[in-house]
Amino acid sequence: MTDLLDPPVQLPPVHEEVHGHDHEEHHGPTGILKWLTTTDHKIIGLSYTVTSVIMLIIGGIFAEIIRAQLATPNGSLVSLAQYNELFTMHGSVMIYLFAGPFAFGALANIMVPIQIGAPDMAYPRLNALSYWLYLTGAITMLSGFFTAGGAANFGWVAYAPLSNSVNTPGTGADLWIGGLLLTGFSAIFTGVNLCATIFYLRAPGMTMFRMPIFTWNMLVTAILILLAFPVLTAGLIMLYCDRHFGTHIFSVQGGGVPVLWQHIFWFWGHPEVYILALPFFGMATEILAVFSRKPVFGYKGMVFATLTIAALSLGVWAHHMFTTGVVLLPFFSIMSLLIAVPTGIKIFNWIGTMWRGEIWFSTAMLMAIGFVVTFLIGGLTGIYLASPPLDFFTHDTYFVVAHFHSVVMALVLAAMGGLYYWGPKITGYLLNERIGKLQFWFLFIGTQVFTFPQYALGLDGMPRRVAVYPHDPQWKWLNDWSTFGAILIGISTVLFVVNVAVSWKKYPAGDNPWDAQTLEWFTTSPPPHHNFYRLPPIRSERPTWDYNHPEHRSIEHGTDHEVPLEKEPIS
Amino acid sequence: MAALALSGCTLPSFGAYPGATSGSKSVFHLWQWFSVGAVVIGGFVCLLVLYAVLRYRRKGDNIPKQSQYHIPLELTYTIVPILIVFGLFAATLVVENKETSNPPTKVTINVNAFQWGWKFTYPGTNAFVYGQTTQQPEMVMPVGENVHFNLTSSDVIHGFYVKAFNFSRYALPGVRNEFTFYAEDTGTYFGQCTQLCGLYHALMWFRVKVVTQSQYAAWIATFNNPADEAAAKAAAKTTYEQTSAVVPAKGSTTKFGR
Repeated sequence: MTDLLDPPVQLPPVHEEVHGHDHEEHHGPTGILKWLTTTDHKIIGLSYTVTSVIMLIIGGIFAEIIRAQLATPNGSLVSLAQYNELFTMHGSVMIYLFAGPFAFGALANIMVPIQIGAPDMAYPRLNALSYWLYLTGAITMLSGFFTAGGAANFGWVAYAPLSNSVNTPGTGADLWIGGLLLTGFSAIFTGVNLCATIFYLRAPGMTMFRMPIFTWNMLVTAILILLAFPVLTAGLIMLYCDRHFGTHIFSVQGGGVPVLWQHIFWFWGHPEVYILALPFFGMATEILAVFSRKPVFGYKGMVFATLTIAALSLGVWAHHMFTTGVVLLPFFSIMSLLIAVPTGIKIFNWIGTMWRGEIWFSTAMLMAIGFVVTFLIGGLTGIYLASPPLDFFTHDTYFVVAHFHSVVMALVLAAMGGLYYWGPKITGYLLNERIGKLQFWFLFIGTQVFTFPQYALGLDGMPRRVAVYPHDPQWKWLNDWSTFGAILIGISTVLFVVNVAVSWKKYPAGDNPWDAQTLEWFTTSPPPHHNFYRLPPIRSERPTWDYNHPEHRSIEHGTDHEVPLEKEPIS
Repeated sequence: MAALALSGCTLPSFGAYPGATSGSKSVFHLWQWFSVGAVVIGGFVCLLVLYAVLRYRRKGDNIPKQSQYHIPLELTYTIVPILIVFGLFAATLVVENKETSNPPTKVTINVNAFQWGWKFTYPGTNAFVYGQTTQQPEMVMPVGENVHFNLTSSDVIHGFYVKAFNFSRYALPGVRNEFTFYAEDTGTYFGQCTQLCGLYHALMWFRVKVVTQSQYAAWIATFNNPADEAAAKAAAKTTYEQTSAVVPAKGSTTKFGR
C-alpha cells in the first residue's frame, strides 16, 4: 500500500516508526500509573467506555428490579420509598452517567481526533480532568445509596418543590446534586475540547464538508453542550442554595416560582435529548454507509438536518410543560412538530444510503438497522406528544415512558453497533459475530416487547412512577410482557459481556476489517500514540475509501461522473 | 382539516378511548387522525427499510454505484413532511382551543391537591369532599353542563388526571390552574395523581361521579342541613387527624434532616 501513497513522501515502514518515535509510550509510566496520569485521548476514551458501560449495567440492574416490582399489582419486592430511589437513580444513571458520557466521553473522545487526522484532543489535560470529574461525579451520585436517607428519590427531573429540603431532606439528594454538578462540568469541558479540536486540529485537506457525519454530529453536540449545560449547572446551584442557604428561588413561601425550575431544567433537558441522540445518529450513519459499501446518501442534507435539529431543540423545552398550564402552547407545539422534518430527512437518508447498496449484515449493521426501526417508532410517538391536547392525556403516563424508551433503546442499539464497529479499531481485536448477532436479536425483540405494552398501559391510564397499582389488576398482563421484554434486554447485555470475555484478544482485526471509508481506518488498530504515521490525501469525506478504491469515488446523481478531485496542495 | 379532525368516528380507536366529556371526544378524534398519519408514514418507512434490507443483501464482492445525491428526491422528503406538520398543527390548534377555552359556567369546583390526597370544594355551597391515600374521595359533578375547575396545590406539584376525560393538568403551588369540563355521559370515573409527589404518590386516587343535574342539586342540598353539615365537618376533621397521625410528618423520615 505504501507505494501507492500520494503524495509520494516515502516514510519508513510502520514498525521502524514505532521504535523510532514513540518515546512517550516506551519511557513513560506503565500499568495503573499510566492509566492515572495519561493524557492520551484513546486511553481516556477507553476509561470512559469501561466506566460508562458499567453504568449501563448498574442502571440496567435498577431497571430489572423496577420491572420485577411491577410484574404484580401489589409488588412487595421493594418498598414505596426504595422504588422512588430506584427509578430516580435508574433515570439519572442512564441519562447522566451512561448515555452522554458514552457518546461524547467514550466514542467521540477516541474517534473524533482520528477521524479528522489530529494527533490528540486540543486540550489533553482538560480531557483527563473531564474523565476524573465524571468518575468522581458518578461515584458521588451513587454513594447516595449508602447514606441513612437513601439515594435521591425525586425523579431524575428533581421538580421543585419536591426537591427542596422540606420534602426531600436526605443527604442522597445533595449527593445527587453534587454528582450532577461534577459530571456537568465534565461534559462542558469535553464540549470545549471537541469544539476546539474540530475547529483547529483538522488535517490538511479535511475541510468542514469533508468531515465524517459522526464528527459533524459531535461538533453540533459539543455546541449544544456549551449552550445547555451551564444552564443546568446554574439551576443546580440555585437548588442547592434553596436547600441549604435559605434562598427561596423555587419556593412559593419566599416569593419564588416552582415552575422556574422546570424552565431551567428543560432548557437544558431538551437540548440534552439531542446531546444524547446526535452522537448515536452519527454512529448509525457511519455504520449504514460502510456496510452498504456506499457513501452517506445526502451527506450535505444530513449535515443541515443535524444543524436544524440543534437549532430547533433550543426552542422546544416547554413541550415537557404543556400540562403546567403556564406556557404558550401553540409556539412550543409547532416548534416541536417541526423537529419531525429534519429527523425525517435523516431517516430517508439512512434508507437512501442502503438503497442499491451491497448490504453486509454484520452485527454492527444489524444494530444500526435496528436503531433506524426503533427510532422510527420512538419518533412517530413523539409527534403525538408535540400536540398539546394529545399530551394532556398521555403526559406522565406510561405512554411517555414507552416513547422515550423507544428512543433511548434505539440509542442503545446504535451504541452497541458503535462498539462492534469501532471496538476493533480501539482494541485491535474483533468481537465474536455469532454471539453479536444473538445479542442483536435479544436486544431488538426485547426492546419492542418491552415498549409496546407500555404504550397500551399509558393509553389505559397507568401513571408513571407508581410502585403499585392495586385498583387496576387488568394492567398485570401488559406489565408482565414489558417485564419479559426487560429480561430479554438483560440477557442481551449479559451476552455482550460474555462476548467480550469469549473474544478477548482472539480475533485480530487488522487495520480496516470492514473496508470502511473514513480516516480512522487508515491507521493501525489500535492506533499509535499520536494516531498516524502517514495520511492519505483527503479529497472527500471518505479518504480511506478513495485511497483503497480510487476507481470508485462518489458520483453525482444522473451524471455518472465522479466527484472531481479538487486541485489543492497537500502538506 | 378542522372538520376532518372532529369527525373521525368510523376510524379505529388506536388504543385510546372516546372519553366522557365533549373535550375528550375531540381529543380522541385528533388522536385517531394522528394515528392514521403515524401508521401510514411508519408503515411506508418500514416497508422501505424492509425492501432495502431484503433486496440489497450482499451478493458478491461487487462495489455498487457510489451515488450520493438526488436533489429532487431530497427536496420531496423535506417539503412533504413540512406540509404534513402544518396539517397536524392546524388540527391541533382547533382541538386545543376547544380544550383550553373557559366559557362562563354556573357550577365551579375548587380542587386542592396535597400530600397525599384531594379536597374538592364547591364555592357558594356547603359541599365539600375530602380524602387521603387509602380512602378515595369521590367528587360529584353534573352532566350536560359546563363545569369550571380551579386547581391548586398545597405543597408540591401534583397531576390531576382523569383518564375518561382524556385530560391532565398539574396542580402547582402558588398557581391557580383553570379548566372546564362538559360531561356528556354519567358514570363514575377513576382519577389519579400522575406527577411524582413523594412517598405515597402511587396511592393518591380519587373518583369523579358524573350525575344528572337533579341528582347533583340533591347532593349539594344534603350539605345544607345544619346538623348534617356539622356532622360532616366533624367527620372530616376526625378523618384528617387520624390520617395525619398515620402519615409521617414531612421531614421526619430521616435523621439527616436539615
